[in-house]
Amino acid sequence: MEAIIQTKQLSHVYSAGTPFERAALNAVDFTAYRGEYLGIIGHTGSGKSTLIQHLNGLLKPTSGQVLYEGTDIWSDPKLTRQTRFNVGLVFQYPEYQLFEETVYKDIAFGPGNMGLDEQEIDRRVRQAAAFVGLKDELLDKSPFELSGGQKRRVAIAGVIAMEPKVLILDEPTAGLDPVGVESVLENIRDYHNAHNATIILVSHSMEEVARNVDRLVVVNDSVIPFHGTPEEVFRHGQELEDMGLGVPQMTRVFNRLRAMGAKIDGGVYTIEQAKHAILKAKGVL
Amino acid sequence: MALKDITLGQYFPGSSPLHRMDPRTKIMGICLYIVALFLAKSMVSYGFLFAVLALLVRISKVPLKSIVRGLKPVVFILVFTAVLNIFYTPGTHILVKFWVLTITLEGVRTAFFMVIRIMMLITGTFLLTYTTSPILLTDGIESLLSPLKKLRVPIHELAMMMSIALRFIPTLIEETDKIMSAQRARGANFETGNLIQRAKALIPLLVPLFISAFRRADELAVAMECRCYHGGEGRTRLRQLKYHKLDWLTLTLALSMCVIVFVLGKFGL
Ligand SMILES: Nc1ncnc2c1ncn2[C@@H]1O[C@H](COP(=O)(O)OP(=O)(O)OP(=O)(O)O)[C@@H](O)[C@H]1O
Ligand SMILES: [Mg+2]
Repeated sequence: MEAIIQTKQLSHVYSAGTPFERAALNAVDFTAYRGEYLGIIGHTGSGKSTLIQHLNGLLKPTSGQVLYEGTDIWSDPKLTRQTRFNVGLVFQYPEYQLFEETVYKDIAFGPGNMGLDEQEIDRRVRQAAAFVGLKDELLDKSPFELSGGQKRRVAIAGVIAMEPKVLILDEPTAGLDPVGVESVLENIRDYHNAHNATIILVSHSMEEVARNVDRLVVVNDSVIPFHGTPEEVFRHGQELEDMGLGVPQMTRVFNRLRAMGAKIDGGVYTIEQAKHAILKAKGVL
Repeated sequence: MALKDITLGQYFPGSSPLHRMDPRTKIMGICLYIVALFLAKSMVSYGFLFAVLALLVRISKVPLKSIVRGLKPVVFILVFTAVLNIFYTPGTHILVKFWVLTITLEGVRTAFFMVIRIMMLITGTFLLTYTTSPILLTDGIESLLSPLKKLRVPIHELAMMMSIALRFIPTLIEETDKIMSAQRARGANFETGNLIQRAKALIPLLVPLFISAFRRADELAVAMECRCYHGGEGRTRLRQLKYHKLDWLTLTLALSMCVIVFVLGKFGL
């Protein structure tokens, strides 16, 4: 697999040289491969947001490198700006960054900054709105008249409209109701499939990432202790517990069953897999 | 540099005697120091006050670097004062004369003392804000001004407004930082362009910032009301201000400092 973003020995210290100095990343080597759906998981304050803000050049490394398609993004100021368009970042609670008079204009802000022509902007705005399930009649409304969930969609559409090759989302489902969570996750998957884009999803919820991602990176205390497929990561059950993360409930149930002597497959984390594993153990399959 | 690193006469956490002192002592001490500065007339008294200041800086353990950084923004005022004083002080000892401008020995002297005085004054007040958390500072001011309540000046309300404003400066800076990053991620450009372009670039920053400030104000008001806040009447405090031995000692020393400078002045020093 070909790496699209890499960090090499990336360290970041906030407020360096003041009494408020704080190291948020410590010599992190991180890789995202082209076209994958990657999850980043970690306890609150572990450094997830700091890490992803380096990936599109919003934060400058205190030391170390960030490579996009093999080139250091800080080697040339033009490249840094270009990287922001190639790597789209949706912030935590992005609805607070809306500012335009209409939803349409707000979504068009990013593409406009890219210097695209009217027609292309229009196409992208409509397509992005459709991706996140915003109806056409909402486009002429003020973003401040919308509900919280709708605002979130507008904000996500604002980044999708730039059609980034890599889409990073920082806890895009925080504070949404279960139906909202599902549909936002579905929109992200649609974008992933339609553009063959690399997705990086930051989350607190093991259940959420387990169901969606191909690969999982765990961040803890400014470092990446391990990464791999969800199955591989969930094998570190005890370590995850110690980090205050825990494994999905289904995995915990199955680990207990195995500990009690049931002859059943490990590495289960969704209900589908659980059903399959139980049927298999029963000899039905 | 992140926006967050900007110091606003910022508090420098520490545990020196200056940090532990009652804020009222420090405020009164600074006032006495300023009085002494204005009483000072000669090299000797300035030297004495400078020694006092140097000693206080030493005790407070505030790094010299941050004091120098704090003085940077006033360089313009210093230069301006110096120039005005050099050219516009009448005197008899003329040093240089060209066109309509004359420079006198008296002018140079006044300019020199003026600049020294402003620098010492600012360093002194910095020392206060460096060693006192904003909340304690407003508590101190409220307590010192409380006699004015008799004259129906709403001291408590003013102090509360000030505490809240101070409390929210870091929050707003953080918020600005966040919104800026979010808009940068959408390709906003705050750094380059001509004046009009730059002013326009601020809209995506200011609109969300104002909206969130209003939202916060609203939430805070509701939260305060939920906890039955109804102004200063009969309100007790979590942090009680109390004078200790150190405070009495400091106040006595500060008063003596004024007296010494005054007496020195009497002797023409
Ligand atoms: N702008 C900043 N200035 C100073 N310190 C910061 C700043 N942003 C984050 N930090 C500190 O860096 C550490 C990592 O923060 P970060 O935001 O990356 O955590 P996170 O993993 O995203 O947490 P969460 O899940 O709560 O969003 C935290 O301890 C935080 O206090
Ligand atoms: Mg975060």
